[in-house]
Amino acid sequence: MSLLHAALSPLGGALALALAWLAIAAACLLRARNAAFARRLAFPLGALVGLVLAAVGLAAVWLPVQVMTLPLGLPDLPFHLRVDPLAGFFLMLLGSVSAGISVYAAGYFRAEPSGRLALIAFQYHVFLASMAFVLLADDAYLFMVAWETMALASYFLVITDHREAVNRSAGFLYLLIAHLGALAILLCFGVLHGGHGDYSFEALRAAQLQPPWATVAFLLAFFGFGAKAGMLPLHAWLPEAHPAAPSPVSALMSGVMIKTAIYGMVRVIFDLIGNVRWEWGLVVLVVGAGTTLFGVLYALMQHDLKRLLAYHSVENIGIILLGLGMAMVFIGFGHPAAAALGLIAGLYHTLNHAVFKGLLFLGAGSILHSSGLRNLNDMGGLIHRMPKTAFYFLVGALAISGLPPLNGFVSEWLTFQAALQATLLQNGIVRSLLPLFAATLALAGALTAMCFVKVFGVAFLGQPREPAHASSLPHAGDAGDMERFGMAWLAAACFVLGLFPTSFLLVLNRVAVTLGGRGLSDQALSGSGWLWLVPTAADKASYSPIIFLVVIVAVTLLTLSLVRRFFHGRARLVDPWDCGYPEQTSRMQDTADAFGQPIRHVFGPLYRMQRALPGPDDKAPRYVLKIEDRHWYWLYLPIARAAEYVSSKVALLQQGRISIYLLYSFITLIALLVFVR
Amino acid sequence: MNTWTGAGFQILQSVFVVLAAPLLMGWVNQCRAWLQNRSAPSILLPYYTLAKLFHKDAVVARGASPLFRATPYILFGCMWLAAGIVPVLATGLPFAPAADIIALVGVFALARVFSALAAMDTGTSFGGLGARREMLIGFLAEPAMLMTLFTAAFISGSTQLTTIVDTLARREFALYPSLAFAAVAFLMVLLAENARIPIDNPATHLELTMIHEAMILEYSARHLALIEWAVAIKLFAYMTIGIALFVPWGIAPAGDWGALPTAVGALVAKLALAGAGLALIETLLARLRLLLAPEFLSSAFLLGVLGMLTHFLVQG
Repeated sequence: MSLLHAALSPLGGALALALAWLAIAAACLLRARNAAFARRLAFPLGALVGLVLAAVGLAAVWLPVQVMTLPLGLPDLPFHLRVDPLAGFFLMLLGSVSAGISVYAAGYFRAEPSGRLALIAFQYHVFLASMAFVLLADDAYLFMVAWETMALASYFLVITDHREAVNRSAGFLYLLIAHLGALAILLCFGVLHGGHGDYSFEALRAAQLQPPWATVAFLLAFFGFGAKAGMLPLHAWLPEAHPAAPSPVSALMSGVMIKTAIYGMVRVIFDLIGNVRWEWGLVVLVVGAGTTLFGVLYALMQHDLKRLLAYHSVENIGIILLGLGMAMVFIGFGHPAAAALGLIAGLYHTLNHAVFKGLLFLGAGSILHSSGLRNLNDMGGLIHRMPKTAFYFLVGALAISGLPPLNGFVSEWLTFQAALQATLLQNGIVRSLLPLFAATLALAGALTAMCFVKVFGVAFLGQPREPAHASSLPHAGDAGDMERFGMAWLAAACFVLGLFPTSFLLVLNRVAVTLGGRGLSDQALSGSGWLWLVPTAADKASYSPIIFLVVIVAVTLLTLSLVRRFFHGRARLVDPWDCGYPEQTSRMQDTADAFGQPIRHVFGPLYRMQRALPGPDDKAPRYVLKIEDRHWYWLYLPIARAAEYVSSKVALLQQGRISIYLLYSFITLIALLVFVR
Repeated sequence: MNTWTGAGFQILQSVFVVLAAPLLMGWVNQCRAWLQNRSAPSILLPYYTLAKLFHKDAVVARGASPLFRATPYILFGCMWLAAGIVPVLATGLPFAPAADIIALVGVFALARVFSALAAMDTGTSFGGLGARREMLIGFLAEPAMLMTLFTAAFISGSTQLTTIVDTLARREFALYPSLAFAAVAFLMVLLAENARIPIDNPATHLELTMIHEAMILEYSARHLALIEWAVAIKLFAYMTIGIALFVPWGIAPAGDWGALPTAVGALVAKLALAGAGLALIETLLARLRLLLAPEFLSSAFLLGVLGMLTHFLVQG
């Protein structure tokens, strides 16, 4: 009876669902010969578990905090579990987004051979379960175990196609940076812990740190979790690992996994360390602004669709950091209501990005699946062959571009509103800096719109760009039913999050209340209804996406019906106008590289470019452009070279002769005798 | 004010803007013709052009997707919505709280994205070229526009356009140095966003230098008419935003029918001046090279930022 009772509580339910994912994973291994099992049963069941988990998470937001100690783990070091509104919100994100991705995966992997598919399904569900445990963990030990399981499961998913060297090295880079991050997180827990022997979060929360140590803990947590999130300058793995992984896995990593890093950041900095200082907020803001601009500017230069989306994940992590940073600045100066607004903006964008980036990666997967293309420069005219995928992709593209009335706009709007609270601050410099970060966001938003005009225009509109691929493209059909269902689920979420922001505002307000002690101002809460979104006070700012949508649809339809009523609707189909130059080919359309030309002109010094122009007498002229990340040259390669140098020197010790090793032992003994005495 | 009066005001105002927008276009063209010593066309010429276009047979490029045909209607809808947000004749309208200045910039961005997508739809080289240039202007102008609006938002402590206008119109006359910077920045953004000289030339027929015209090259008949009309509404909306922010005096509070004639008179006078000013700018300046547009707009952005900083400095 008490077991049933426990299973019905949010914590028990979430635990049971995470275990259900593990059970599905185990079942996939047991039925490894049966491809239909994984496809027809495992992935849909996983999606169902995700859906229930989302409901449980939503319930947990509104219920009191629950804790539980599991009889597992090492002796004297049991696993602690806890679910509070913050964890509940992220469980909802994990469950709802992974539900769409799992359904999609059931369709996407239809051509995989059974053994490989079983392995993928196993790793996939272990990955999901480990993310759930990261969110449920209430002690550093379980947290790190779950965190590392997550890293390993996703590593094996990234190298699914391990026969290609590119994928192996992408996986290695990912694993390396993930472990650097994990090391920093471990050290952060060590600093927080201060030698008490108790690693439960309760004890870490209660620990009183000296300000310098608190700052050290903050920096370790920020960069440790930042490595997983894809923050500058630790982003290098993202654009390598996302294209290497199968598309549902990329969607899961970009949509959900990097959000667990945001969860960790909020949990450790706001909750465990506490006493947030405004200087920390400035650090977060500066890094966030840099990440935002860097991400979008490099995304504009990409022509590999999945790589481009990966760079956009970098950008969106930056936008989330801007919200969180503003919250920290406001907490530091003692403005809890404004801080709650910043936190809500950051977390809202976390959820939004999970939804639309998941959707876009799934769309990219469908294109790859049906046409075999990943390079934008080869695509074109896909809207005619896959109209439904095109529609879902368009929804995702408009959402990520921050256009009203979809969801991306709401969180960017909230971030702007948080920045406009700068007038509250006493410090003149910080006060005038905050709107500049808002300007960064505005620039990034407009650049994102440009980038997705490029993606959608080049991939779906126009005509196939490469004659060589035109023959393969006609076979491209639309995505299958399961794939479409997964995309439709996420596209619907884009609309729901965009049109009913207040419900989610209230959820997030509760998260902010439990984290910071205070939420939004009373005026904001009384002004907000299902129709109105009011972040501060009704006369200061409000937004009603539903009225917005209704009016825009109504006037558009009114225009259509008026034009239809008063004028004839005749239209003739003709060839596009050739400007008097009949020798037009489809290669004369803009390509992805051509579309980025103005950006290369304006932001040239930011890129490391190699260009090769065709000569005047070239029979088949090709313009070659290679853009590389400058971080490789000033950061990663020097470190790699230094590591190689040091290890080559250390290798001198290894002589391979037994007499030399005996000599080492002898010298060590002598040294010990001298020093220890 | 009861809801019905407010709704009546709201509908009246947005229909007024939609119907009057081509007239402003005609006035600008007429002023420009006078300034250039040409005999001016009728001020009603834009209406005749629209009527002519609506009656023609539409020519649609083969291989265009439904997006191509839907875009003119979406553009028109976006601009109509924008006309509803901006307090042109009266403040405190019932629709105003549904969207603030950030959402207003969002509406313009939505329209821009759709027109760029439609331009790329037919797969011609000029469409892509126009789309790329339009997005370049867009990403440069949008942050500058937001900075300008934020300056006003900081002064009035609100992002609602109607609250901003109320605060600015009912204050005692004082010179805000921050608003002076913002006004210059706004003017530059207005020129760029509405495809006017020195960024784009609305009268050009030389394909290689076109921006806006290159995007709509494939459109004809009723589709072209809707786009041209939407362009006119956009110019009208931008001018009224400028008026609302920088010279808001004379605007009527919602529901006050008595103040309406004054409001209409003030608006007509201000728009006539603004239109003549625009024609003057277009006569005096030459079109910039496209690659100089980033410099033009980044100085607008910097002016906007400077305005904001000045506000913080002066307020202390």
